[in-house]
Amino acid sequence: MENKGRFGEYGGQYIPETLMNAVLEVEKAYEFYKNDPEFVAELDDLLKNYAGRPSLLYEAKKMTKDLGGAKIYLKREDLNHTGSHKINNVLGQCLLAKKMGKTRVIAETGAGQHGVATATVAALMGLECEIFMGKIDCERQALNVYRMKLLGAKVNAIETGTGTLKDAVNAAMREWCSRMDDTHYVLGSVMGPHPFPTIVRDFQSVISKEIKQQILEKEGRLPDAVLACVGGGSNAIGAFYEFIEDKEVELYGCEAAGEGADTPRTAATMTTGTIGIFHGMKSIFCQDSDGQIAPVYSISAGLDYPGIGPEHAFLAKEKRAKYVPVTDEEAVEAFEYLSRVEGIIPAIESSHAVAYAIKLAKTMDKDKIIVVNLSGRGDKDVAAIARYRGEKLFD
Amino acid sequence: MKTSFENIKIQDAFNDEKALITFITGGDPDLGTTKKLIEAIQNAGCDLIEIGIPFSDPIAEGPVIQEADERALSNGCTTDKLFDAIKEVRMSGKVTIPMVFMTYANVVFAYGTEKFMKRCNECGMQGIIIPDIPFEEKREFSEICKKYGVDFISMIAPTSEDRIKMIAKEASGFLYVVSSLGVTGIRSDITTDIDTMIAHVREVSDIPTAVGFGISNKQQAMNMASKSDGAIVGSAIVKLIGEYKKDCVPVVEKYVRNLKQGVDAAKTNSDIEKNLVG
Repeated sequence: MENKGRFGEYGGQYIPETLMNAVLEVEKAYEFYKNDPEFVAELDDLLKNYAGRPSLLYEAKKMTKDLGGAKIYLKREDLNHTGSHKINNVLGQCLLAKKMGKTRVIAETGAGQHGVATATVAALMGLECEIFMGKIDCERQALNVYRMKLLGAKVNAIETGTGTLKDAVNAAMREWCSRMDDTHYVLGSVMGPHPFPTIVRDFQSVISKEIKQQILEKEGRLPDAVLACVGGGSNAIGAFYEFIEDKEVELYGCEAAGEGADTPRTAATMTTGTIGIFHGMKSIFCQDSDGQIAPVYSISAGLDYPGIGPEHAFLAKEKRAKYVPVTDEEAVEAFEYLSRVEGIIPAIESSHAVAYAIKLAKTMDKDKIIVVNLSGRGDKDVAAIARYRGEKLFD
Repeated sequence: MKTSFENIKIQDAFNDEKALITFITGGDPDLGTTKKLIEAIQNAGCDLIEIGIPFSDPIAEGPVIQEADERALSNGCTTDKLFDAIKEVRMSGKVTIPMVFMTYANVVFAYGTEKFMKRCNECGMQGIIIPDIPFEEKREFSEICKKYGVDFISMIAPTSEDRIKMIAKEASGFLYVVSSLGVTGIRSDITTDIDTMIAHVREVSDIPTAVGFGISNKQQAMNMASKSDGAIVGSAIVKLIGEYKKDCVPVVEKYVRNLKQGVDAAKTNSDIEKNLVG
């Protein structure tokens, strides 16, 4: 019983007693439905005909040539319906919520991508939907707030704490604690109490299943490295999962260093954090010596989180994956680079992975292959990047 | 060396049958006020005090206690400073009622669970409540608590149902009965069937029970103490501290005195019932 939902020493179920039966109910339902052929078929159909899967594995020839190193492929999660990988998990969890007889879903969101995906699927499935989003994030991702409202969701701007993703999670957990009878909490990343890190990973692992099949078709072999940005870590675990046993494939999680991992204005959890217990899990967190959670910072609202999913903490400890810091400036340069060179505007989150790919590719021989998970599209970030560059935009 | 507080036990709070338990956030608005509050609250008739160690992200708390945590942290309260303040209060010999900490897992874990419980023992804290440690995860903490004579206090909630007996069987100190869904805060009505929850507890354990979450007046304190062995009042007191800041001590003392009358009335009521049955 005590080692349930553990990845080594990480994971667990550190939540108030009030939520325990709700979490156990989710666990039980998931254990049943993940093997239920009808559920699996329904989800497959939604992924194919609603989300638009499989997503493309695109060979970035111009970028490869320009950098002069390893061959670069982009896994185009940005082409999914709603514009990011978040839909993979949301379709799975909302379908599960329906099977559990829930009529209402709640979710936290940082950049708004998970909120938009949840609001979208709630609209499709006829579920009531309420989103919790930090006030600062509502400001920097105003377009996504309106998008969620358009989809019929109620958006709560959270003013407590730092007004970012961490506070949105706090608020969503508090809300779930007060109403779980008819409500499922669609956690958006591989974090929180068991079974969420496992459920979200399973639903996102479709990314690496497809990458593996597609790269074998195109290249007849596995890639040398897979890169993904990591905040909570859902797109990263999705991109890594099927390669974990393939030890020759290097896995890189690119975390948000903000103004630098050596400054307080950072969200680079693996680089600067220590082990702790927060948001339902034992994992690595940015915190002070008293265990107070640090007010982290990144230009990317989606990576602006002081923790990381427990399975990533485990992969790092086992030295199976490497976690590297990428600054705001590097991410913005990558955002501009990919737009200019490949005509693809990546999400500022995904730009962290692109930035590290630019560095890494140059150090690798031309016969090497790297896959970058392009977790989302960057339309939502255009205004913020323009501001960062000092452009004056008119509404 | 024998200390004056070595023999204080959580059970002391329940010897008088019905206990009034109060909560304050340590270091809110500052540690000096906390020390004065502890003494005043005891003198007003409180039987057990819960001291919150402030945490940046208290997910089981409503806005009132969240704000108290923020005030305490921004005024420089740390775990060590709070331990020192408690020890000072205990060494003065003026506070003899049992006291317990209430804080989040990460505060204890970051301090080092072993070191934390050892200091609890040295400073005269009799127990700890960690709302984000459910039954499934408690061993990691409760084993070390046991080693240092600190009671690990478990909670049951309106949603616990089939879990109540499992939790009650292993409970120590007292059993915290969460009255309502959601987070801490003042509520006009408590609609949970507390009687049934307590009945499930009684099937497996004699441990004292106390009801908390939402209690803010004499009448509610009386009702909840009638159904159980005690009433826990937190947000209503913390709200007064937030309003009156450094001047809160006499206001809180008066308020606690009033709550105590409610709890005492519950005792009288249960004595009458016993006599009627007898």
